[in-house]
Order: sequence, then structure tokens, then C-alpha cells
Amino acid sequence: MTAIEMKPPVLTVGPLAWVRKNLFSTWYNVALTLLAIGLLYALLKPAWLWATTEARWGVIEANLSLFMIGLYPREQVWRIWLTVFMLAGLIGFSWGVWKIAARGFALIALGAGAAFVLISLYFQWDVWTQWLVADFILLVFYFIGLRLRRGVLFATLGWLLYFPIVFLLVSGSKYIASLPPVPSNLWSGLLLTLLLTIVGNFGALPLGILLALGRRSKLPIIRYFSIGFIELIRGVPLVTILYMASVLLPYFLPIDVRPDNVARAMIGLIIFEAAYQAENVRGGLQAIDRGQYEAAQALGLSGAQTTILIILPQALRAVIPALFNSFISLFKDTSLVAIIALFDVVRISRSILAQTEWLGTHREVFLFAFIIYWAFNLAFTYGSRRMEEALGVGKR
Amino acid sequence: MNIKAFWRDIRFLNILAQAVFIVALVLAALYLYRNVSANLARQGLTVGYGFMKNPASFDIGESFISYDPSNTYGRALLVGVVNTLVVSALGIVLTTIVGVAAGVARLSSNWLINKFAAAYVGVIRNTPLLLQLMFWYFGVVIQLPRVKEAIELPGPIYLTQRGIYIIWAEATSTFPAWRVYIILAIISIFVIWFALRSAQNRASVPLSLWWSLAYLLIPVLIIWFGALIQPEPPLKPIVPELAGLNFRGGLRLTPEFAALLFGLVVYTGAFIAEVVRAGIQAVSRGQVEAARSLGLTNSQTLRLIVFPQALRIMIPPMTSQYLNLAKNSSLAIGIGYPDLFSVAGTTFNQTGAVIEIVVIMMLSYLSISLFTSLLMNVYNRRIQLVER
Repeated sequence: MTAIEMKPPVLTVGPLAWVRKNLFSTWYNVALTLLAIGLLYALLKPAWLWATTEARWGVIEANLSLFMIGLYPREQVWRIWLTVFMLAGLIGFSWGVWKIAARGFALIALGAGAAFVLISLYFQWDVWTQWLVADFILLVFYFIGLRLRRGVLFATLGWLLYFPIVFLLVSGSKYIASLPPVPSNLWSGLLLTLLLTIVGNFGALPLGILLALGRRSKLPIIRYFSIGFIELIRGVPLVTILYMASVLLPYFLPIDVRPDNVARAMIGLIIFEAAYQAENVRGGLQAIDRGQYEAAQALGLSGAQTTILIILPQALRAVIPALFNSFISLFKDTSLVAIIALFDVVRISRSILAQTEWLGTHREVFLFAFIIYWAFNLAFTYGSRRMEEALGVGKR
Repeated sequence: MNIKAFWRDIRFLNILAQAVFIVALVLAALYLYRNVSANLARQGLTVGYGFMKNPASFDIGESFISYDPSNTYGRALLVGVVNTLVVSALGIVLTTIVGVAAGVARLSSNWLINKFAAAYVGVIRNTPLLLQLMFWYFGVVIQLPRVKEAIELPGPIYLTQRGIYIIWAEATSTFPAWRVYIILAIISIFVIWFALRSAQNRASVPLSLWWSLAYLLIPVLIIWFGALIQPEPPLKPIVPELAGLNFRGGLRLTPEFAALLFGLVVYTGAFIAEVVRAGIQAVSRGQVEAARSLGLTNSQTLRLIVFPQALRIMIPPMTSQYLNLAKNSSLAIGIGYPDLFSVAGTTFNQTGAVIEIVVIMMLSYLSISLFTSLLMNVYNRRIQLVER
């Protein structure tokens, strides 16, 4: 074989090659790159100038606790911290028990806690100790979870009990002296947003499953009722449903039953979310092979047994990603309760803007509210994606 | 054990289950009806649509049909419906453009463009629309400079805190005479379309792209012929001009409308970008490779192979994004644009006719949703793959 003379190959590694390949490969890519740089410059320069000179970020620091817990009585704040600590413990414990599946959420929580410690230290807020304690609890429970036998049982029980306990802690009770009741009109800020998200999602799941089963039922009346309900709810905006829940619902209840504003909003959110989750679950039900039904029948299981023991577990597993997505979108959608006069993050932002010393700080306040939603969603998406990967759901 | 007993017969059980369900529904409805009538009686309210004929006596900030406070509630609600329809229809058109552009940018091999689109989609999709609308309205639109220091964009378009002024067109005196030519031009387009389609059906190879120019050329010729005969063009531009404290002429978008439209377009565009990206990525690589091996060029591959298939995948999720946009326009109340929801809310506050208002509201949104999905379903059926 004779040696063929070849030119040295074009540089394919290193920053210069990367730039050439990804930014300036063709003439139109050059144009696009220049256009993008120009656009970025035009957008970022005034934004940066504004953020560093003109913006009055003091409004955020002065009102941080309003954003987080709103009007919740300040002497009762320890209850909120208690729910945070319990959450940290549960997350750590789940990490220890379920290992890789819960690791994404655990790492996010750990990182968020550490970030809050650093931020608080930087601004010299005294809450840094609480966040440090939360991180510490998380790690301690991680090791407990690693060692403990029958951890899965305890972790499941813990999560099932957690939400009722949070509800009790936040709302308080007449019968417990150390937990005086906090009326729901004081639940506000991020606290209210999170409560509504959790109640809306978990409250809607049973109803959504029933509706999905109803929609796939062979009985025409039940099927058409489910279809009608789902399509009615999905055809109208959430605002109208919340409006209905807040204005019309009291008319449908007995004269002496008057749920408060927050409870009415929760009912509205549950009804709304149920219709959407029903469609998610229906997707899972449709994905199940006929063979599963036939095998269950061959084993002599009744219809109800087939559904509960064979079909639903597989269907729900298949739709975990969709349920995570609807969790996130409901988190965003809870902002609409601001329209029916509930003080969630959005409405709290509006009320902060009404303070006389912070007039005209719309951009600062709304940007901070953006960051709250965005950071939370990002963290949740990261955690749920790691969990989906570990469980291998939604793939097959 | 008597296996033929009727209570073991699945047909009987099915009927029984449905009968029980109906009875439960009727009982629940009766219970609710009793509560409603008790509550209404206690407040001294009656149900009926008589109030629709009473004068509304509240003003509506902007309206695309004539309205003044002496008009009836029915008229006021109609104004709200029209406002919702206008912002939704405009929004759907604009958001498609934004979304497709962002979706294609998301697939660009250009790193900067790609990341730019990714940042847009990531930020917009993860924050609530209501907050975005408030940001655009309170943080941007009403903080624009005063009329005297208006920002001028090419067009000209003037951005001011009193609204956005856009160059617009006005019918001239010859407009009626021009209609003939315009109608002729439109008819010619249809004729060409039919002719080309039947020619295409008979030919074995795709017609060359040049034939498509006929679409442009013949209507242009007709219009040109009109221009030779008529003394004046049918439309003349009206440029907004500063006159005293305000602009005169041109089209004015109120700050509320501008913020709402912009917010809805930007928000839905991010979702459509993901739909477009997923649709294009879902076309299997083999299709592209097959097209290449048949000798199609890059643009032919995109136009003839990838895009038609991606479109089929994209239409259903696109439909639901359009529906979302129409439904999300109800957030207009957060920034004071008088859409259906906000007008209905005011009407309720004044009349107390809660049930009637909710029914009107629900029915209006439902019919908008149903009509949109009907249109999209018809379109969907047309472009679906016809299999043997």
C-alpha cells in the first residue's frame, strides 16, 4: 500500500473549533449568531443597568416574610418551621429507604437548605439556624433510613400522615391549647400557594381515578356522565370554576353550611384538577394490554378486584410523569385564586405594591415572585425526573 | 347454586348499576335544588333572564362594537364576548408564528439561538401566566414613556403609556369600486388552485415550484389592471401623528389590550414551541435518510417529507394550546381588560343574578372551546394520513 498524502484534518477539538462548529458553520448561522448577540445585548444591557442602579431591591428584603407566610401570625411561625423540619426528616428518610429514586428530591432539598443558610448569613437574617437544623435533620434521617428495617412501611406511613399533620399544624385546633386556631384568611403567601397545590392535587386524584374509570366503563349512563363532566370542566377556564366555587357554591349548600374562602377555592381546584387528572389516568388505562384483563379473569378475579389489584397499579405507574406535570401546572394555576381575593404569592405581591414606601416597585416585586415559582418548578422538575429515571416509568 | 338466577345475570346487574346511579344523581340534584331555592328565597332573589333587558349603566373601557352605559346588560355581555373573541383570535394567529419560530430555533444547530429559545421556553413555561400578565402590564406597558417621549419603532409604531399607536389603513372614496377587482382576484386564486390540483393529480411528478407563482401573478395582474383604471388606491395609510397631548390617527391599542395580547402570545408561544419541537423530532430519522437517498435537497426534505408528517403529530396538541389561549384570556381581569369574565363579574355585582351569570359565562366559554376544536378537528381530518 502506498502512503497517500493527506492534509492534516481540520481542527475538531478545542474552543475555537467548537465556536466554528456551533456558531459560524454556515453563512446564515453567522447571521443568526450576530442577530442573537445583538438582541441579547439590546435586552440585557438595559436590564443589567436597571437591576444594578435603578431597581430598589430593598422591597424584597423588607417584605420577605410576607412573601413566604403572608399574614400568618408571627408568634405562631414555629408551626411552619415544624412542618419544614418534618418535611426535611421525611425526605431524608425516604432517601435512605428508597435510595436512588428519592435522591434527586433529597439533593435538591439539601442544596436548597444550604443555599438558604448562605443567603441568610450574607444578609444577616437570623433564620440561618433553622435552615441549618433542617439540613441536619435531613441527613440524620437519611442515616436512620439506611439502617432501619421495614423502612418502606414507615416512610409510606410518614408521607400519608404528613399532610393531615401539616393541615392540623397550620390550621390549629380549638381542642389543643398549644395550637390555637389560625383562621384561614390569615393563610397566605407561598404557604397558601403550596397548601392549595397539595390539597388540589391529592384531593383530585381519587375523583380523577373514578372519572377515568367511569369514562372507560361499559355502562353508557356512567360513561356519558363522566365524559360530560370532564369535557365541561376542561372546556371552561379555571377562573370561572373558581368563581363558581366562591360565588355559586354557597347557594348549593344548606343554609347553615358556609365554608370559608380558602375551603371554597380548594373545592374549585379539586374539581378542576380532577377532570385533567382523569384524562391522565385514562391515558394510563388505555396503555394496559388486553392480556392483563384476560389473565385476571382467568385467575377468577372479579371486575372490582381486577381494577384495583391489576389494572390501577400499572396504570398509575405509567402516568407518574403526567401526574408530576399536572402537579407543576396546578402549582402555577393556584395563582388564579388571587382573582377571588385569596392572598397567595401573586396577591401578596399586589398588596406589597400598595405600601406607600414601595410604590412603583412593580418590576422588582414581580421578578421576585417569578423567581419563587421558577425555582420551585425547576427543583421539582429535577427531582421528579430523577425519580422517573430511577423507577423507569413512562418508558416502556 | 342457581347460576341462572337473575341477580347473577350480568345484563341485569349492568342495568341495576345504572339505575342506582341515576337515582343517586336525581337525589343529589333534588337536594341541591332544594338548597338553592331555600338560599334564593332567603335572599329574596328570583331566577330569570329579565335583567338582561335592563340598562347596564356601567362603562366598558374598550369595545369593538358600539356600546354606552345606557345599553342593556345583554349588550354589555356581548361586548365582553366580542372582546374575548378578538383577543383570542389575534392571539392564536400571533402565537402560532412565535411558537413555530421558537420551536424551530430550539432545534437549530446554532448554539446561541438554541439556548436563547431554550431559555425563553424554560422561563415562560415555569411561571404563572397571571404573574406574567401583571408584569407586562404594570411593569412594562404602563411604565412606557409619556406620549411626548414616545418610543418610535419602524413602521411607524409608537409605544407610549397611553397605549400603542400603529400605522393603519383607511378606505378611500374609491374603495367600493375596488371591491370588484378584489373579489375577482380572490376568485382567480381559487380557480388557479383547482386547476393546479387537478393538474397535479394527473401528473406523475410533483409540479415545479414555479407554478405556484401563478397564485401571485394573476391576482397581481388583476389588481394592477384596477390601478390603471381607478384614480386612487382603495386604502391609504394613516400615520399616527402627535397632536397636542395625544396621537391622532392610526390604530390605538389600549395598554390593557396590548399587555394581554403580548402576554398571551408570549406564554402560549412557549408551549407551542415545545409542541413543534416534539412534532419535528417525532418524525423518524429513516424518513430523512430515505429522502436524502432519493436525492431530495435539504429544503425539499423539510418541505415535502418532514413537515407534512410533523404537522399530523402537531395538530392535536396545537388545538389544546389554542383552547388554552382562549380560556386563559379570562385572566384579563387581572389587568383590567373588559373581557367576558370581567363584564360578567360586574354584571353579577350589580344584579346579583348569580346562577344566570355563571350559566352565560360557562356556555360562552364552552361554545368558544367547542367551535375551536371543531375547526381544528375538521382540519385534522383533512391532513391525516389516508391509509389503504
